Amino acid sequence: MENIDRQGAPAGVEQRIDVYPTHRHGDFRLRPGRPFPFGATLVPGGVNFSVYSSSAQSCTLVLFRKGERQPYAEIPFPDSFRIGHVWCMIVFDLDYEDVEYGYRMNGPGGPGHAFNPQAILLDPFAKAISGRDVWGAEPDWDRPAPYRGRLVYEDFDWEDDRPLEIPIEDLVVYEAHVRGLTAHESSGSRHPGTFAALREKIPYLKDLGVNCIELMPIFEFDEWENSRQSPITGETLFNYWGYSTVGFFAPKTGLAATGKMGMQVDELKTLVKALHAAGIEVLLDVVFNHTAEGNEMGPTISFRGIDNSTYYMLTPEGYYFNFSGCGNTLNCNNPVVRQMVLDCLRYWAADFHIDGFRFDLAAILGRDPWGAPLPNPPLLESLAFDPILGKCKLIAEAWDAGGLYQVGSFPAYGRWAEWNGKFRDDARCFLKGDEGTVGAIAKRVSGSPDLYGANGRGPTASINFITCHDGFTLHDLLAYNEKHNEANDEDNRDGESHNDSWNCGAEGETDDPGIIALRHRLAKNAFTLLLTSHGIPMILMGDDMLRTQQGNNNTYCQDNDLNWLDWSLLDRNADIHRFAANMIALRQAHPSLRPRDHMNGEDHSGAGYPDLSWHGAEAWQPDWSDGCRLAAWMIAGPSCQAQCREDDFIYVAMNSSWQAFPIELPGLPEGRRWHMAVNTALATPDDIHAPGDEVPLDDQGSFLIGDRSAIVLIGK
Amino acid sequence: MEIEVRSEGPVAVAAVSGDIDGKTAPAAQAQLLPVVEQSPQVVLEMSGVRFLSSAGLRMMLLVYRHATAREGKVVLVGLSEEIQDTMDMTGFLGFFTLADTLEEGLAHIEGA
Repeated sequence: MENIDRQGAPAGVEQRIDVYPTHRHGDFRLRPGRPFPFGATLVPGGVNFSVYSSSAQSCTLVLFRKGERQPYAEIPFPDSFRIGHVWCMIVFDLDYEDVEYGYRMNGPGGPGHAFNPQAILLDPFAKAISGRDVWGAEPDWDRPAPYRGRLVYEDFDWEDDRPLEIPIEDLVVYEAHVRGLTAHESSGSRHPGTFAALREKIPYLKDLGVNCIELMPIFEFDEWENSRQSPITGETLFNYWGYSTVGFFAPKTGLAATGKMGMQVDELKTLVKALHAAGIEVLLDVVFNHTAEGNEMGPTISFRGIDNSTYYMLTPEGYYFNFSGCGNTLNCNNPVVRQMVLDCLRYWAADFHIDGFRFDLAAILGRDPWGAPLPNPPLLESLAFDPILGKCKLIAEAWDAGGLYQVGSFPAYGRWAEWNGKFRDDARCFLKGDEGTVGAIAKRVSGSPDLYGANGRGPTASINFITCHDGFTLHDLLAYNEKHNEANDEDNRDGESHNDSWNCGAEGETDDPGIIALRHRLAKNAFTLLLTSHGIPMILMGDDMLRTQQGNNNTYCQDNDLNWLDWSLLDRNADIHRFAANMIALRQAHPSLRPRDHMNGEDHSGAGYPDLSWHGAEAWQPDWSDGCRLAAWMIAGPSCQAQCREDDFIYVAMNSSWQAFPIELPGLPEGRRWHMAVNTALATPDDIHAPGDEVPLDDQGSFLIGDRSAIVLIGK
Repeated sequence: MEIEVRSEGPVAVAAVSGDIDGKTAPAAQAQLLPVVEQSPQVVLEMSGVRFLSSAGLRMMLLVYRHATAREGKVVLVGLSEEIQDTMDMTGFLGFFTLADTLEEGLAHIEGA
C-alpha cells in the first residue's frame, strides 16, 4: 500500500477533489471510503464498499470478473480505512458490469464466533447477487463463492410513479408466487416464471378487479437449497417458495428474464411501475425471521462469517436458537440487525416503490436476543414510526414456529395489520356446515371486534383469508378431506393435518356432476363470505379459477404443475372467475362493506336502523344456537358512520345447512326495495349480477334460501 | 463496436454496430454525445448491434436525455427483436421511438 498523488483522477471526475484517489494497491487506485451506506455504492469514478463486523480483525475485498471461478484481485482494507466496526473503501476504475465481489474476514474463535478466512462472504447489503442467475439451472457446485455481490445502477426513471397509498380498507389482495403465475405453458409467456411475464398478466388482474398483489418471497434465495430427487417422480424437489433469504437487498435474479444480464433490478422496477399504472399495489412477503445459512451444519454464506453473534440468536454455548423452524433465528432486536431490517425496508419502499410488506412469522420480530417475547419490541416500533415507511402497509403473520401466537395481540402501534388465522379457521368450519359456528362467523364477518376492537385497531387490522399459499387451495379445500403430500417425499408427515376441509362426497377429482356443482357452489359461498366481510380480503392465486394442488397442502418444494397456474382453468371454471370478479366489483361498489371502524349496532345518523344488525329465519331474530347454520346480517348504509354512509342497505344470508328454507327479510324504509345481487343456488350467469344490474325481488317479505347457499340483496 | 455518423438534412444518422457493453459504452458515449449536441434530431441505425448490455442501455438513455434536453428526438431503426424484448422488460423501450427503416425513422422526426 502506498500513498499516491499525481496519479490523475478517473475519467470524468477530474474536477471532483472529493473523489480523487489517495491510495494505491497494485493497479487499483483507492480512497478511504464512507461508512454509510453499507454495501457497494456507485460513486463518481468508483465504488464505495462498506461492511460492518463487530469483531472481525481483518477484512479483504475480493473481486471476480463476472462468471470466473477465481478472483482476479484481493484488496485488504488498510487499517486506516476502518472507522469503528466499519471497513470502508472506494475502489476506482472498476467495470461496474463485469465485477462480482465478496469479503474475506478473520476474527477470534470461541463460542458465538464463526470466522472462516477460507470463505468468501456475500455482502449482507448486496443489491444484486449472482450465482443463481437462471431459475433451476444446475449450479457449478464447486464454484468458490457461490453467491456474489454485483453492482447496481440507481438511475431508474420512475417518471411520476410513487407508491399508490390506496386506503387499506379498499384493498383486495391477490397472493401470488412470481414463478407460479406464469411458469405453466398455458400461460403463453415469452419468459415463463419471471417478473416480465407477470407484467403481461396485468390485464387479467385488472379484469378480476384486485388492486393489490402480494408477492411471495422475491428477495434472493437459492432454489437449490436442500434440493433432492423425488423417489416417486424422479423430479428435483426445490426450495420453490423461497422462504429462506440469501440476501435481503437483492431481488431474486432467477425470477428475472434479464437476470443473466444482471438487470433484475430494472426488470422488477419496470413491473412495479406497470402495476402502479394499472392501479395495483405491490406488497412483498418478507422473511426476516431466519436466513438460508441454517444451523451449525449449514453453509457459511454471509452473516455467519461476517458477524455470527450479531446476526443470530445464540444459546450461551453458541448454538443457534430455532424459533423459525428453519435452523436459525435472525437476531432482529439487536440494534445493528434492527437497523439492517429498517434500511432494507426503506430501500424497497424508496427505490422499488413497494407499497407494503407482509412479515413471515412476524412474532419472532418481537423476541429479545435470548428469545423472550418483548412487551414493546423496538424493531416493530421502529418500523411503525419510520418516516419513509410512513404510508406503507405493514402486515404481520402474527405467530412463529416457537409457539408464540399473537393474532389479536400483535404489538400494533396503530399501524400493523395481521393475517387473521381465526378468520380462516372459522370461515372454513362455517362453510362446510359445522355445528355451532354462527356466533364465530358473525365476529369474523364484522371485522373480528373480539380481536381488534378493544385496542382501537378496527377491522383494517384484519387481513381476511380462507386460503393462502400455506395450505389447501380453495378447490382442494372443497375436494379433499385429508392432505396428500406424498410428492414432498416426507411420507405425508409434513403440512398441516387440521384443515377444516370437506371433499363434498368424493376424495379428489370426480366425474360426479352433483359433487362438482356442490364444489362450485361452496366456492362461490366462500367468495361471498370473504368479500362481504369487514377487513381486508386476500385471495390466493388461481382460486378464482379453482386451481388445484391435487390435495397437497404444503407445496414448498414443487416446481411443477402442483404450483404452476394452469390458465386453461380460466375457461373450464369460467363461472367461478366471473363470480369472483363480480363479487369484487360488488365490494368495491359498497363503502359499507369496507368500513375503517367496527360497526357496533348503533344508528350513527338517526336514520332509524342499527348500522349492522343480525337476523335469522325471522327478521331481527338471530339464532345463535349450536344447531343453527344460518348467518344473516344487514348493513344499513344511511345509518353508518360518515365514511360509509353514502350506501344502500345490504342484506347477506348464508345458509350452510343441507336444507333450503324460507327466511323473512327485514323491512326497508319507504321507497327502497330489495334487489338480488347474489344467489349462489342459481347457475351462472344468474348467480351474480354486476353492480347496478341487481334484479328486484317480487316478494319483498321473504326469500327461499337454497341449501348450502348464499344470497346478497341490495336495498335501494 | 463501431459508429459511423452522417447527415440527412438536419438529422444526424449514426450507424452503430457490434456489441455495446461496459467496455465499449464509454467510447460510444464519447462519440455520440457531441453528435447530439450538434444535431439533437438523431436516428440511430441499430441493425448492426448484436448485444446491448445494461451499460449500453444506459448509454442510450443518456443520449436520449441529451437530445430531449435540446428539444431533439432519438429514433431507433432496425433494432433486433431480442434487444427490443430486453428493452421492454427493463423499462428502456418506452423512451424511444422505433422504426423499421431509415425512411420511416426520418419521417418520425420530420413529423414531430
